[in-house]
Amino acid sequence: MRRFLAGLAAVAAAVITTTQPAAACAGLIGPNGAVNLLRTSTFAGYHNGVEHYVTAFQFAGGSGQFGSLIPLPGIPDKVEKGGAWTLQRLIRETNPIPKAVPLAFGAADSVRSTAQVILEVRIDALDITVLKGGGAEVGQWATDHGFRLPPAAPEVLDFYAARSPIFLAAIFDADAAKARGQRIGDGTPVHVTIPTANPWVPLRILGLGKSGDDRVDADVYLLTDQRPALLPYPFANGMRLDHSAPATVSLLDDLRSDKGMDWIPQSGWLTKVAIDASAGQLTYDLAVDAKGTSPSRVAAGLEAPASPTSTPATPNADTVALIGIALAALGAVVLLRRSQTVSA
Amino acid sequence: MIFRTLVALALAAFAAGACAPANAALPTQIGIRIHYSHFDATKIEVPMGVPVTFTLVNDDPIDHEWLIGDEAFHARHRNGTEAVHGDRPNEVSLPPFTTKTTTLTFDKPGVLTFICHFPQHEAYGMVGVVIVRP
Repeated sequence: MRRFLAGLAAVAAAVITTTQPAAACAGLIGPNGAVNLLRTSTFAGYHNGVEHYVTAFQFAGGSGQFGSLIPLPGIPDKVEKGGAWTLQRLIRETNPIPKAVPLAFGAADSVRSTAQVILEVRIDALDITVLKGGGAEVGQWATDHGFRLPPAAPEVLDFYAARSPIFLAAIFDADAAKARGQRIGDGTPVHVTIPTANPWVPLRILGLGKSGDDRVDADVYLLTDQRPALLPYPFANGMRLDHSAPATVSLLDDLRSDKGMDWIPQSGWLTKVAIDASAGQLTYDLAVDAKGTSPSRVAAGLEAPASPTSTPATPNADTVALIGIALAALGAVVLLRRSQTVSA
Repeated sequence: MIFRTLVALALAAFAAGACAPANAALPTQIGIRIHYSHFDATKIEVPMGVPVTFTLVNDDPIDHEWLIGDEAFHARHRNGTEAVHGDRPNEVSLPPFTTKTTTLTFDKPGVLTFICHFPQHEAYGMVGVVIVRP
């Protein structure tokens, strides 16, 4: 039985990028590591407690293997090839200038895995693996599978794993893409179906692999049953609300006619958030409350999730000190009251 | 006579103290931990002329390296092509979650820098200095 209100939908698009050439010692990207894999727009649709996340990886030439990691809010039911025109139709609806974030990793032979592999699927030239594990485990898995993670990755992976230990790793085989006849600019859409509580779009990870001043450009489309509440509200810090209106019937009809998109409801609210930020600005994610009330501060990255160890069985030194101070204060009050009583 | 002996001993002790290496109190066992792509010790003082053992702990799930030398050494490594280090004690590769030790004897005073030269790691802050005291 599909998780009904248990998980709620959230999707996070995340691309780990390493655009520097592997000139220094021990770089894993091959000598011809000029492969470009572009991430274009993403779509997070939410209906009946299920998030449908659609993104596309665009082949921009080169050879070798490259990949990306996407934190997910829950375990997906299904990962499949996305429809042919969903993203293009959304772009046409809001008429933006398409933007892309380059990414590139080296990939090498697998040695060992530490994260739990939940699902593996091949979509065209993409090898997709859904992983469950902590930041260290997923980072180890990625390293073992040839991802050259940037130096901020250990901290960022821990940041996401503390919220949801589910990640989607996509390894793009540029040689296989060429063998399949894919041409530069061809995209491979991927559709991930995730039962979850609310849509969620990880943004912080888009800055991974970039220096603080590097730009991050991305377009995020949300389709919800009603007008959603967003946190942070997209008017500053590199976020911009480009579109927020009831979805048109023609858009919904067009989306519904695409492959795997028959879940599209008869009505909905379309939101487009443009990310035009420096990597240093992206210290947050986009939390969404599909019912329009109160998005989670934890999901937005503004608060740390509650730790199961926040109430340790054995009090630490600070706790002991605080208890001691409290007892001393209580004792002082009692003594004062007694002395007052006596003196009275 | 006794007085002269005491004075002589005192002078000898003073001279011995003056000749004792000023770096005698400096550690020869150094631990450096790497976490979230940062060295936990970035300024280390060591004695000159004696073996100093560095224990390097990589707590991260990604590869790092610990390369120590002067500016010319680092200029070479910034543009180097060696995938793995290990043959030289001042060049240590650290795969994820590994601990390695290396022993170096510094033969002249000065300041050396240790850096991880993986792409972007130096800019991210993986830099520290070793001050060699005579």
